[in-house]
Amino acid sequence: MTTDNNLLLDYTLSLADNALIIGHRLSEWCGHGPILEQDIALTNTSLDHLGQARSLYQYAAEQVNALGADAEQKLFSSESLQANIASGNVIDEDDLAYLRDAWDFKNLLLAEQPNKDWAYTVARSMYFDIFQYFLFKNLVNSKDVTIAAIAEKSLKEVEYHKRWSSEWVIRLGDGTEESRHRMQTAINDLWPYTGEMFKMNRTDVAMLAAGIGADLESIKTLWLEEIVAVLEQATLEMPAQGWMHEGGKEGRHSEHLGYVLAELQFMQRAYPNHEW
Amino acid sequence: MATLYGVAFCYFLNLPNYMSELSSKEKAEWPLWEVFIRSKAGLDHKHVGSLHAADADMAIENARDVYTRRMEGISIWVVESKYVRASNPDDAASLYDPANDKIYRHPTFYNLPDEVKYM
Repeated sequence: MTTDNNLLLDYTLSLADNALIIGHRLSEWCGHGPILEQDIALTNTSLDHLGQARSLYQYAAEQVNALGADAEQKLFSSESLQANIASGNVIDEDDLAYLRDAWDFKNLLLAEQPNKDWAYTVARSMYFDIFQYFLFKNLVNSKDVTIAAIAEKSLKEVEYHKRWSSEWVIRLGDGTEESRHRMQTAINDLWPYTGEMFKMNRTDVAMLAAGIGADLESIKTLWLEEIVAVLEQATLEMPAQGWMHEGGKEGRHSEHLGYVLAELQFMQRAYPNHEW
Repeated sequence: MATLYGVAFCYFLNLPNYMSELSSKEKAEWPLWEVFIRSKAGLDHKHVGSLHAADADMAIENARDVYTRRMEGISIWVVESKYVRASNPDDAASLYDPANDKIYRHPTFYNLPDEVKYM
């Protein structure tokens, strides 16, 4: 539960959850890529996201451990995780990734959308990568030194992700009749999940005021400019403005996240503290 | 375990079929590219392998992902494999053997002055 005490934790977790969930989605392509070289490209990208998630969860775990002594504070709905924290045990990155329930995850709905096909995968990545690029570019100047350092380290990776996904959108959009049609469908279908990226919630507003978080309004302008440019080069049409899904940042997810977590968390849930 | 084994077994039984499907599809595959990587400044680009890509730009990116993930390089060249002309192995005897007894082609008959240190 987000209170004034743990806004930074909420912010850190939302960054971490985005990286973990989109990283997991991309990892689902491992061994299923359309061609060996792209299979490796996606796995590399997936591991980049996982690396970002690890750094962010480590930082979040530090914050939880600092807050932990205060047993009054219920941070997560998972009873066992909460009990662990309340009894003063030190938690780590794995606890946050594997033992939280879906409604404790703060990732964007976009990140959890299924891979479906190559067009959906690259469309989702393009929307997300361009957003993450401008977000991290902004967070490099965060007053929180850990977040600034993680943003700086990740920025080079994200710059490549964005180039990779944009080029695929252009290649398929400006390709055959079928590839163009499928690319346009994916771009249109995922569009309603992009609005949430720029919606400032209570945490975003507070973090911006504290000089820690980014101004999502200004990022929206930059993001939109680049999306327009990519779609134009891809000879694709901009999706029509309309109603936008939201809720992921508040822990209200689509049904897809449950399935993602079931696969992601199964081992640690069934065999607690199992290592390999 | 039994199911897993069964799946694996079926997979191997189907392999010849799978292979023939693959070769009939080959025509639609992306062209092959040879990849050359410069490992650090001042060194030559060295051939490291090959990969498939739809065009030169994608070949560079694929090479980045396939051949430089462990810090192997700082520069990449790609060339489409069909442009590489190779010598015929059957001609090896006439091409290379004659050099065998031409020891005078090696600069080994000169006495190097002591002043020349790095030869």
